[in-house]
Amino acid sequence: MIRLSTEPFEPGAELTAFCAGRTESGAVASFVGIARADAGQTTALELEAYPGFTEVEIGRMAEAATARFALHDVLIVHRHGPIAPGEPIVLVATAAAHRREAFEACDYLMDYLKSRAPFWKKEHGPAGARWVEPTARDLDDIARWD
Amino acid sequence: MRVLLFGRLGDLAGWRERAFDPAPASLAALKALLAGEDNVLGAALSGPGVQAAVDKTIVRGEIALGAVTEVAFLPPMSGG
Repeated sequence: MIRLSTEPFEPGAELTAFCAGRTESGAVASFVGIARADAGQTTALELEAYPGFTEVEIGRMAEAATARFALHDVLIVHRHGPIAPGEPIVLVATAAAHRREAFEACDYLMDYLKSRAPFWKKEHGPAGARWVEPTARDLDDIARWD
Repeated sequence: MRVLLFGRLGDLAGWRERAFDPAPASLAALKALLAGEDNVLGAALSGPGVQAAVDKTIVRGEIALGAVTEVAFLPPMSGG
């Protein structure tokens, strides 16, 4: 399931619900991305989404991951709008028969979200605001899966 | 037809959504129109990593806009 939210979410509750009732998935892996304060250099994050497009594109990534890693299920919860330091931005959870596939799919999905998911991220701080684009490291990370 | 600008493109232009009626004939004609009004935006639309989505589908190359309702210009994306 893919969900975009302008409201804070609780990763623990999401993960508990995602794990509930599984009798065939031996492994659930998860990743939570949290907004950093960067020692006061970032006072707020602002994520812009393209409603009706962002969800569909993330859904395609989730389908590709499901096929590639034989996943049983995927959950992606992603914030947009204003986000305060310390708040979760993204939760990715993957369910598979065994741990290796669940771990790898989680890693793969995060690499895709970082540089190919339709979000635009602005960092606000004492020096003003700036748009953040994928870093060289983000691009190296995604190239691992090609 | 609606034109949407995301991320830094919206800040550069000073708008994020505008209606164009009638729609320009093609994506190239739309870009030329926008560049004619604002050459900084025009240069940014042709800059590295900027993609166009027509009715929420990424388009590479040229496309006619006659029957289109929405064109979005998307600078490099970053989630997570």
